[in-house]
Amino acid sequence: MKITVNGVGREVRSTMLAEALEELDYATAVIATALNGHFVATAARSSTVLAEGDQVEVVAPMQGG
Amino acid sequence: MDIYGIEIVSRLLLGSGKYPSPTIMTEAVVASGTGIVTVSLRRESGTQRSGQDFWAMIRGLGVRILPNTAGCYSVKEAVTTAQMARDVFGTSWIKLEVIGDADTLQPDVFGLVEAATLLAEDGFEVFPYTTEDLVVAERLLEAGCRVLMPWASPIGSGKGLNNVFGLRTLRAHFPEVPLIVDAGIGLPSHAAAAMELGYDAVLLNTAVAMAGDPVAMAGAFAKAIEAGRAAFLAAPMEPRDMASPSTPLIGKASLE
Repeated sequence: MKITVNGVGREVRSTMLAEALEELDYATAVIATALNGHFVATAARSSTVLAEGDQVEVVAPMQGG
Repeated sequence: MDIYGIEIVSRLLLGSGKYPSPTIMTEAVVASGTGIVTVSLRRESGTQRSGQDFWAMIRGLGVRILPNTAGCYSVKEAVTTAQMARDVFGTSWIKLEVIGDADTLQPDVFGLVEAATLLAEDGFEVFPYTTEDLVVAERLLEAGCRVLMPWASPIGSGKGLNNVFGLRTLRAHFPEVPLIVDAGIGLPSHAAAAMELGYDAVLLNTAVAMAGDPVAMAGAFAKAIEAGRAAFLAAPMEPRDMASPSTPLIGKASLE
């Protein structure tokens, strides 16, 4: 299934967000996620279903003022 | 100083952006004596994981984290970013930025009030980056904010207190509300001036990070903020237009 992760097209096998993130090497990473512009909490990732063409944003702590 | 029930010791809040290196950033944080560091959220690559190293470094400093919504131009973006920040950082604190103009990075105060209302209702403890506008300040307090962070001048400009009258008026109008000058500070003297006006704290980033020696500058700001606070508590004299000799004329020798 093709989805977009941080603006880049990616192919994933899983249809669940948590598993797709593991496929994409985010396992154990401290991250926050949004699906199609809506926040998805860490606890909700394992029950969040992905669909073809979904837009996923994955962010992590970064420098800022 | 008490903010959202937390006792704050250092009146300097420091940003973590723009430093020449991570090591210099951590040294500057230590030199500043700050207990609160602002951080952001940005896209993370699953393979590069640069955010993970940064987060490990920040956690090692043992400071309280104030995540921001920097770069957000809409209420939706800012609220979603705040939700993601709470998930990652495990704090309900959020430095709320809703930017309205790209050149000045001036807050969109209408969006700011709307986003602050939504976030406060959702349990966030909002630190709104705002202007010195009194009416907007009132609206933010009505929205549930318990601290206000007016700008001194545009973010990263280093121009200092652009509207002393406005900042003084805000302080006088809200004597019990914690007020933190956020953005536009360039020199320790600017920070001291804000503290002399009775502001409770100063949040700065670029002035330290972009100094030739950020660590030394962090220490200089710490001293200036402490001096400014002490001066405010000591009740500064009122300025006057005409001179007033400090040496008594009585007893002056007659030498003509």
